[in-house]
Amino acid sequence: MSRRTVLAIAAGAALVLTACTGTGAASKGADAKAPDDPAKVSGTIKVLTQRTDLVQDGTMKKYAAAFNRTYPKVKVEFEALTNYEADVKIRMNTENYGDVLMIPGVVKKSDYPRFFASLGTRAERAEKYRFTDFTTVDGKVYGQSPIGVAPGFVYNKKVWREAGVTKWPTTPAEFLSDLKAIKSRTDAVPYYTNFAAQWPLTSWTFVNGSVGCDTGATTKLAEGDPWAKGSDLRVGDTLLYDIVHQGLAEKDPTTTNWELSKPRLAKGKIATQWLGTWAVVQFRDAAKKAGANPDDIGFMPFPAQVDGKFCAVVGPDYNQAVNVHSKHKEAARAWIDWFTDKSGYDRDNLAISPLKSAPLPDVLKPYEEQGVKLIELDDTEGARVKAIDDQSEVGINKPDYRQDLVDLARGARKGSLDSFLAGLSGKWTEARKTLGS
Amino acid sequence: MTDTTPKAPERAPAQPPPDAPLPAPAPRGARVRRGLTPWLFLLVPLAFLITFTYAPIVNMLAYSFTDWDGLSPELHYTGIGNYTELFTRPDLFEVFWVSGYYLAASVVQIAVALYFATILSFDVRFRNLFKGVLFFPYLINGVAIGFVFLYFFQDGGTLDSVLALFGVHSGHAWLGTPVSANVSLAGVSVWRYTGLNFVLFLGAIQSIPGELYEAAELDGAGRWQQFRHIIAPGIRPVLSLSVILSVSGSLSVFEIPYVMTGGATGTETFVIQTVKLAFQFNKTGLASAAAVVLLLIILLVTWIQRRLVPDDKVDLV
Repeated sequence: MSRRTVLAIAAGAALVLTACTGTGAASKGADAKAPDDPAKVSGTIKVLTQRTDLVQDGTMKKYAAAFNRTYPKVKVEFEALTNYEADVKIRMNTENYGDVLMIPGVVKKSDYPRFFASLGTRAERAEKYRFTDFTTVDGKVYGQSPIGVAPGFVYNKKVWREAGVTKWPTTPAEFLSDLKAIKSRTDAVPYYTNFAAQWPLTSWTFVNGSVGCDTGATTKLAEGDPWAKGSDLRVGDTLLYDIVHQGLAEKDPTTTNWELSKPRLAKGKIATQWLGTWAVVQFRDAAKKAGANPDDIGFMPFPAQVDGKFCAVVGPDYNQAVNVHSKHKEAARAWIDWFTDKSGYDRDNLAISPLKSAPLPDVLKPYEEQGVKLIELDDTEGARVKAIDDQSEVGINKPDYRQDLVDLARGARKGSLDSFLAGLSGKWTEARKTLGS
Repeated sequence: MTDTTPKAPERAPAQPPPDAPLPAPAPRGARVRRGLTPWLFLLVPLAFLITFTYAPIVNMLAYSFTDWDGLSPELHYTGIGNYTELFTRPDLFEVFWVSGYYLAASVVQIAVALYFATILSFDVRFRNLFKGVLFFPYLINGVAIGFVFLYFFQDGGTLDSVLALFGVHSGHAWLGTPVSANVSLAGVSVWRYTGLNFVLFLGAIQSIPGELYEAAELDGAGRWQQFRHIIAPGIRPVLSLSVILSVSGSLSVFEIPYVMTGGATGTETFVIQTVKLAFQFNKTGLASAAAVVLLLIILLVTWIQRRLVPDDKVDLV
């Protein structure tokens, strides 16, 4: 009997931990060329996406129908994956991972040529598109994000007005005193962490670059200590700590609910959340459904200024790429080009267009009025930052360390902020040394 | 399953009816066929067992000696490097303290299950209804249970509302501190698994011959004495099985804390940590080694337990 128990447990553990071993050598360095004549391209392509909502409500089908007006012989199928990162990772051990997919975070940049077909050289693509260097390996580009996003605070304008705040705060200290005003003068929860949903906490890493207005911020992570005094991540993490420590966040972070947080912010029960431009459209929808005014949803940059100006980092969302094993690379390429240039996906999501020539979306109009400087980070060292992050097990793009930070701030964990951040620095520096710099 | 199924079909065709004359030895072809039949029956389950249990374990063992990241075609043999890393990082084993909560909870769980199994084995009104009620939680999917209890423990959620009915307005954040969160999660685990223990105990109790109770009653034994001298010794093997299941279960808790807190606020267990190593930090090699170590720890604990409490034959009569 005991043997059975053990076997059952072993089977469970094995199921959780094993991926298939299809790690055969892949063909390296294929190109997905754009077709010359749209009428001649044919084939059925499968597009893997993380947007389960858009596949379910038929929005993606509408895009496919519009696509077929230009490319009548290409049939587009969609497959939405709820747990995108983990599922795609396992499927990428085979050759069968769709024709078009979003590049998951797990793939090392140097492995891109093994998995994806090139979309062209950086030199030619960078003239037209943003974010090319995020997927460039040896001068060739392997992916293209259909939208650009900028991090920022989604806030309820009405609540902030009621609290007597009319100007965007320019320093973390000012931001904190504004939240205090909201707490004392309104019924709203000044800040909502979305602790239980986990991923909203990871967006605090995107303060990187916004605080110091430095396009080399990613390189600094790879070469220096991200939590040194005055560095971007330290400023961001300290602000989050102070918000929670001073009781300006929700009462019980451990049982928060992301879906419910949207209507609550729209109705003014929550004042502020640190998210990104991509979230605005969802909050406006929630406002409409809840019978609140969608125009109350505002968006503001991180409270820090360099030379009297705010700064916001524009970065790519998931990058779309062509499977190197795809049998219909031309059709797949046609889909990516069309989806990026002509689908209107960026406008539908109130997002920043990936085309350099396109104007800013309405959401960012206030940014233009206030003279917020939009910058793009140099991603040459992006791969190394990822390697250090994995090796050190800090996880700057994972929720764990910020959950610990919030626990620390509300007293559920012992220690001081300084020693906590010093611990992260220590792990980071050690990993950097192990990997050799 | 593996202990009993292979034997039963093998024995069945070989046993002639007790009073039939011994048949003449079958011709060779028939004997081969007869020997082959049980294996033919076993073919499908064995194929499943090998494909979905043993092959992955062998794979996992192999990965544990590499630095594979779970995706890259390049992987290097690192010898026992992963195991050395595991055992030189004591922080990786600190999470086993969390298992203590679940171990304590399983004592409660076994006691409660035993109590109800004993009561419901006697003639009680609505006993079938109560059996169903007790077993029901075990039938629900673990992920669903996680979500249900997330609402249950919410600020102003079910638990707070029920407490408010009794005039208690604690405003306590149930998942807010490590101790409170772990106790709450262990409570959910008790709620879920009591039904399984209950059914095991009930089955064992009902297999005790009824005459023993009658005889005991004639001798003037009360309920407690019947439990002490008939039921308790009668279900000893099942009791020890339950303890083994509980101990190994406590060491490898996963579903409930993973769904409800994701391991935040000091609720991280060894398996959650292993999954995070594999899927967040892409250290599949190290995570495989951790899984192998967990397997060995459980084997060791089970072995020690069997040595301490040997599983001897029970003879009530």
